[in-house]
Amino acid sequence: MSSGTLYDKVWDLHRVTDLPGGSTQLFVGLHLIHEVTSPQAFAALRDKGLTVRCPERTVATVDHIVPTISQQRPFEDPLAEEMLSTLERNCAEHGIVLNGLGSGRQGIVHVIAPELGLTQPGMTVACGDSHTSTHGAFGAIAFGIGTSQVRDVLASQSLAMNKLKVRRIQVNGQLTEGVSAKDLVLHVIRTLGVKGGVGYAYEFAGPAIEVLSMEERMTLCNMAIEGGARCGYVNPDQITFDYLNGRVHAPSGDDWDRAVTWWSSLASDADAVVDDEVVFDASAIAPTVTWGITPGQGLGIDESIPMPESLEVGERPMAEEAYKYMDLQPGTPIAGVPVDVCFIGSCTNGRLSDLRAAAAVARGRQVADGIRAFVVPGSEQVAKAAEEEGLDQVFRAAGFEWREPGCSMCLAMNPDRLEGRQISASSSNRNFKGRQGSASGRTLLMSPAMVAAAAVHGRVTDVRSLSLQPDL
Amino acid sequence: MADFPSGPIQRVEGRALVVAGEDIDTDRIIPARFLKCVSFDALGEQAFADDRKELEGAHPFDQPQFQGASILVVNGNFGCGSSREHAPQALMRWGIRAVVGVSFAEIFFGNCLALGIPCTTAAPDQVLSIQAAIQADPSRAWTLDLEVMKFSAEGESWTVSLADGPGEMLRSGRWDATSQLLANGPQVDALMEHMPYLNGFRPAI
Repeated sequence: MSSGTLYDKVWDLHRVTDLPGGSTQLFVGLHLIHEVTSPQAFAALRDKGLTVRCPERTVATVDHIVPTISQQRPFEDPLAEEMLSTLERNCAEHGIVLNGLGSGRQGIVHVIAPELGLTQPGMTVACGDSHTSTHGAFGAIAFGIGTSQVRDVLASQSLAMNKLKVRRIQVNGQLTEGVSAKDLVLHVIRTLGVKGGVGYAYEFAGPAIEVLSMEERMTLCNMAIEGGARCGYVNPDQITFDYLNGRVHAPSGDDWDRAVTWWSSLASDADAVVDDEVVFDASAIAPTVTWGITPGQGLGIDESIPMPESLEVGERPMAEEAYKYMDLQPGTPIAGVPVDVCFIGSCTNGRLSDLRAAAAVARGRQVADGIRAFVVPGSEQVAKAAEEEGLDQVFRAAGFEWREPGCSMCLAMNPDRLEGRQISASSSNRNFKGRQGSASGRTLLMSPAMVAAAAVHGRVTDVRSLSLQPDL
Repeated sequence: MADFPSGPIQRVEGRALVVAGEDIDTDRIIPARFLKCVSFDALGEQAFADDRKELEGAHPFDQPQFQGASILVVNGNFGCGSSREHAPQALMRWGIRAVVGVSFAEIFFGNCLALGIPCTTAAPDQVLSIQAAIQADPSRAWTLDLEVMKFSAEGESWTVSLADGPGEMLRSGRWDATSQLLANGPQVDALMEHMPYLNGFRPAI
């Protein structure tokens, strides 16, 4: 059993009591909601005659269903309009702050909470969304929940949880030029499998993690869930504090100094005990691309789609299904696979540094003929900052569309979707069958820079082979 | 359709059906376009919508011999991916009242528990033999007994597992956590009074 880790410390601090049956009632420090997984929870509250216990500890935004071309109300899609107006009504009725369209604070829930300084070290963060693991980048214990649990958090500011084990993902060495946090996490998932993390929280640690920016840490923790780990986290450090300093909801004045002292005390102790540890060498990781239908089916850019006989017996049925669905033959190099659509955005890679990395590739180049490429900033703040730097112009000049913030083509709850058997290069997080909106659509997951490289070549391309122009 | 689960759940009885495959994610159980709703009511019809369309009637959720089945038997890491409770809601509204498999994604497991749907496990070879027995005779009546932790029909029985906590919650009828959580409101108050980030980061008293 783990002890002395950040996970243990934050868990103990938030433990209200043990419940009959063995689970723990855990206080939720920050509850984030959006339009998709909250309406039934509010309806359940009404049915039970309950109210929201701590409306000031719940924060809302709208992200999944918003169109990214025109955000004029009412939306063209009446179902999307109904979902947003339901959220607006629920927030107004219960006194919950909604960071709505045009507020300057709207965006993907896992982008806006960090940028507003809402997500802080030592908190428990819950949201009806599996990518809530993102917030673990700050040294928070953050996890996705279902709608019944959203109801419970609204009603009681707490939920019934079972404690996870802790696996330290120790990453030694340093990532090399052209290799990003996305490549790192795809590599981890490829190595440990999509169910390897079930029952665990992943603590990402080691020299390669310590130098990552907060945005890179968010990318990493975001995809912990794709490896089966309900939460992932990084111990808070000076990089964390520097990111938070001055943000709208971050502490200030004397509170700030006390906060930093407290946050620093939460990091895993030098002699902390973890349940498991796996060591990676960052310098050995190449730009990584998925070829199949789970995020664990990844390849280094210089590798080929695996032959069935090279796989463990248990992996072969999934590989067979993937060859067929993806229409990719074993032995084919992943570099050079043609794509139709290129999508840069999502809660995984829709932040300013992601757009900068993609723009460095796009600058001075053109999207290849026949390729539809578009960039969707993760939030209104990201869009504004990118536009101030002229990134929108870089993308437009290269032939990318520049869109309004939202979840977009990560999950096909809005007009952005693949058609037919189209294949995408996507900076999102899931390559499940049908994920991007066409039942036969195909997804290759990769970093934003790799998506940009695919866009300008029309096929999967090693971004390291392109010269970069980070500045004009 | 039978009523949704309520009260103590000692056993689930009924016919069973198999949805085979590893890592079946919640996007497959309920594709995202069906999440554009403010109520779960209509989801039953949409369970596995894209897989069913692709198989043109040959999906177990469409095959006549499996209509009315209430126990779903799956393989490993079932319900991975998105946290959408729409997935177990769709299964429940189609008629599923219990699931047997090799392993389950955690959020899916918790979502099922919150609806009173037990997700029980057995070893991979045991699950394969359960699946074979169901396929051999879809009309058999099965019992998933949470008291003795057996999945059985006349003449055949397999041991299944469920962690003590969730098992006890289901058997005792305390799987709907809301009332318990609310009953401990004073303890939540007490905890909030000492939570550093709610109190200017002053040291706990």
